[in-house]
Amino acid sequence: MNGGYAALARALAPETALVAGALAALGIDLAWLKRHPVAARLRAAAGVAALAVLAAVGLALAVGRPGSVAGGALRLDTLALAARLGVLGLTLGALGIAAGAPAGRNPVEYVAVMLFAAAGLTLMAAADQLLLAFLALELASLSLYLLTGFDKTRPESAEAALKYFLFGGMAAAFLLFGFSLLYGLTGSIGFAEVGAVLAAPRGGALAAVALGMVLVAFGFKIAAAPFHLWAPDVYQGAPAPSAALIASASKLAGYTLFARLLWAGAPPGGGTPGWLPVVAVLAGASLLLGNLVALAQTDVRRLLAYSAIAHAGALLLGVMTAGRAGFGPLLYYAATYGLASLGAFGVVGAVARPGGGRLEDLAGLHRRSPLLAACLAVFVLSLAGIPPLAGFWGKFAVFAAALKLDGPTGPAGGLALAAIALTAVALYYYLLILKQTLVAAPPSGNGGRIAVPGPAALALVAAAGLLVLLGVCPSLVLGWF
Amino acid sequence: MNLLPWTIYLSLGGALLALAAGARSAAAARWLALATAAAGWGVTLVAAARFTPGPGLLTLIDAAWIPELGVRYHLAADGISLTLVVLTGLAATAGVLFSWNVAERTGEYFALYLLLIAGVYGVFLSADALLLFAFYELAIAPKYFLIAIWGSTRREYGAMKLVLYSFAGSALVLAGLLWARAASGAGFDLADLAAGPYTAGQQVGMFALVFLGFAVLAGLFPFHTWAPTGHVAAPTAASMLLAGVVMKLGAYGCLRVALPLFPAGLAVWQPVIAWLAVAGILYAGAVALVQDDFKFVIGYSSVSHMGFVLLGLAAANARAVGGAVLQMFSHGVIAGLLFAVVGRMVYDRTHTRRLRDLRMLPLHRLLPFAAVTFVLAGLASMGLPGFSGFPAELLILVGAWKTSPVWALAAAAGVVLAAAFTLRAMQLAFFGRTGAAAAAPPAPALPPITWPERAGALLLLGASLLIGLRPDLLLNWIGPSLQSPLFQAVLKGGAP
Repeated sequence: MNGGYAALARALAPETALVAGALAALGIDLAWLKRHPVAARLRAAAGVAALAVLAAVGLALAVGRPGSVAGGALRLDTLALAARLGVLGLTLGALGIAAGAPAGRNPVEYVAVMLFAAAGLTLMAAADQLLLAFLALELASLSLYLLTGFDKTRPESAEAALKYFLFGGMAAAFLLFGFSLLYGLTGSIGFAEVGAVLAAPRGGALAAVALGMVLVAFGFKIAAAPFHLWAPDVYQGAPAPSAALIASASKLAGYTLFARLLWAGAPPGGGTPGWLPVVAVLAGASLLLGNLVALAQTDVRRLLAYSAIAHAGALLLGVMTAGRAGFGPLLYYAATYGLASLGAFGVVGAVARPGGGRLEDLAGLHRRSPLLAACLAVFVLSLAGIPPLAGFWGKFAVFAAALKLDGPTGPAGGLALAAIALTAVALYYYLLILKQTLVAAPPSGNGGRIAVPGPAALALVAAAGLLVLLGVCPSLVLGWF
Repeated sequence: MNLLPWTIYLSLGGALLALAAGARSAAAARWLALATAAAGWGVTLVAAARFTPGPGLLTLIDAAWIPELGVRYHLAADGISLTLVVLTGLAATAGVLFSWNVAERTGEYFALYLLLIAGVYGVFLSADALLLFAFYELAIAPKYFLIAIWGSTRREYGAMKLVLYSFAGSALVLAGLLWARAASGAGFDLADLAAGPYTAGQQVGMFALVFLGFAVLAGLFPFHTWAPTGHVAAPTAASMLLAGVVMKLGAYGCLRVALPLFPAGLAVWQPVIAWLAVAGILYAGAVALVQDDFKFVIGYSSVSHMGFVLLGLAAANARAVGGAVLQMFSHGVIAGLLFAVVGRMVYDRTHTRRLRDLRMLPLHRLLPFAAVTFVLAGLASMGLPGFSGFPAELLILVGAWKTSPVWALAAAAGVVLAAAFTLRAMQLAFFGRTGAAAAAPPAPALPPITWPERAGALLLLGASLLIGLRPDLLLNWIGPSLQSPLFQAVLKGGAP
């Protein structure tokens, strides 16, 4: 341990702040607020949590980019810093949405678990070692299973949580098995040594099995086809703030972790890593399946889930190019995608009663709440990739990197061309959402105005504003790398 | 000239203001939109007055925007862009006048309208291919809402079809541009992209992607089917803009991006494009001849007239391309006028566009102003000397003849078709009941033509007449622009 525990404590200050915030929220509630109405307790806990997240942002910035710390367990580089800030920002947005959602029976525990999840996700962003990566992933995943099943009044929520947990548990087993094989092959748990085995073009049967195990877990984590089956049910059944967190911050951290692991030991100076063809297959399958199945959806959340699968395909393309083009395009894409889908879930959660979420439930939103309708338009158009919103530049940067990598006939370039063609397909289902939101008249019995709670409105407007700002000035993020 | 970027900023600002104002008062939104559109047009006219024609693009602004992706905020103009921004200002102003009766969600309507206009100005002024692309998409997205919310016949279908076609086209363009950039290694600035180097094989592929992608929006046969349904579904001002300006975006993209960047590609694809253009001229003309919906007649006529633009581009000599740019201006004005008469003056009053219903009405008595306007616009559309369509189509045919007389002969048949379908529609719609029959059964009284309609019609008619009598006003801008080295690489000599 070079630098010792002091360096480790400094590097992990943001996570410490998050955990302390969670404990503080629980403690304050236990000590003083038990007799208050749940709505007030939720607001108080969300306030404490927001402060903790802001403190974590400050600490993450203060820690900066010292590089490898704690004996190589953590790598605090530009990627880690950007991903940490992204996760924290998205968590803040999810907290805003949660503070505006109807409070369940245990509102404070809900907020605390969100902070634990955030701590796991920020750790994932910085992990540079198998053991820490696995622990971070499990901390985040277990918290997310809990968040999915938190709505005890609806069986769908419990069903989604169970499905998520079973799939996730299986994926964790695969991951752990793969990691153990990698340790056996290299005698090391550092990403650099392990990554070299993963990237070797012909690494032998054992390495191939290990790679397969890791990619299955990876595919599950980011909902890439054919490991996507949990996503539609979870997105549909989970409470809106949980779904928002799963669709945004968890994705961002997942891509960061796996891109780092896969590229850690890439053959220097060109050369195709051995895992590239497999990831290319996952990307192609996700693009095709996500975009085509989304066309047939009638439920907004399921539609967003399939759109997430399609985006996972494009993001995998970003993973494929990250080692050569830098992590900038991937991170920019993942972060702006996260913002847009966080916002979309926030709006859907504010509009639809629990359980409802059909496309028709959005009808006439422009009259029932112009604010929500305008925000949703920004989110959906950004997901569709309409310039000058941020989603366009994310796709653009990733596709440009892919075409630069191996031309229009190579695997990455060819996939990029297919992905560009599929954006026209995707526009159709995105416009279906906007057709209900902006074009259709409000239904007769359901035409009342929707009151948007303050914190949720703030989170949504901030997300929409950021998408416009990052769309007009993409260099604010891309310039970091 | 340096004022020109303000057309974009003015329109964007006006869009926000109209949205805010529309929440309180529809009239305020209307006047704001008119002021914004007129101000934008004024800017283009001032810039035009100060313009000295010369070869090459005159840079207005060139700033780093996204260095990581090789994209610059580079706005520039030459005589071609100037012609088209003047057209945009004119069409935008006239379009607001013909939208004066939009009563539902007025603020949002004008906000989307001005957003579209901002995108159009941006496309015509961009000298960076990706900036051009971004503005291009910015112009497409509002179309969906303009048509789906304020449109008529099968509006959601028409809107979706239009946007998906355009977006599929722009996906092709994006693929082509990314490929070109990956091959050239430099940024997206048009000058950088043009420097290449690309192999001949690459150019054939890149040209196909970029040209076809843009040409979808210009109504290239057989990818034109979005145009008639979209035009018919759109509210009047949107169809005016769609036919008048948005279809020009496609043709402009072909001219500004596809042609100069990939000359070897053009050499291979030239006959294919020319024959598709001729097929579009003839096919759309023939279809227009048998339509019963008045607006479909105009919709197909737009496709037919845009075929001339594409033919001019494909002929690839200075005369034909000069004619194509002139035709873009001319068709922008005339199609706008025709749609205004059909959609605003006639349909909003009679609530039918079926020619077999309209012929039962003595429209030339009920709406004499509309009848006169349509007759004049129809004559202009047929290419009567004295109106702008005549020099434009003449130049295209003469230029096409130089490249291949067969194309010119085939396309000339389209001029005859245009006369036939225009006269038929004119006869059925306005002069179906004349003489004694007109007075026989009492005809319903129709609301009189309002002042904004008169003003808009006079503006457009005046512009067509002015350019018809003095085509040199625009040709003196366009000609020298085509002398720039980039265009000279593709065009075979001869002044327009």
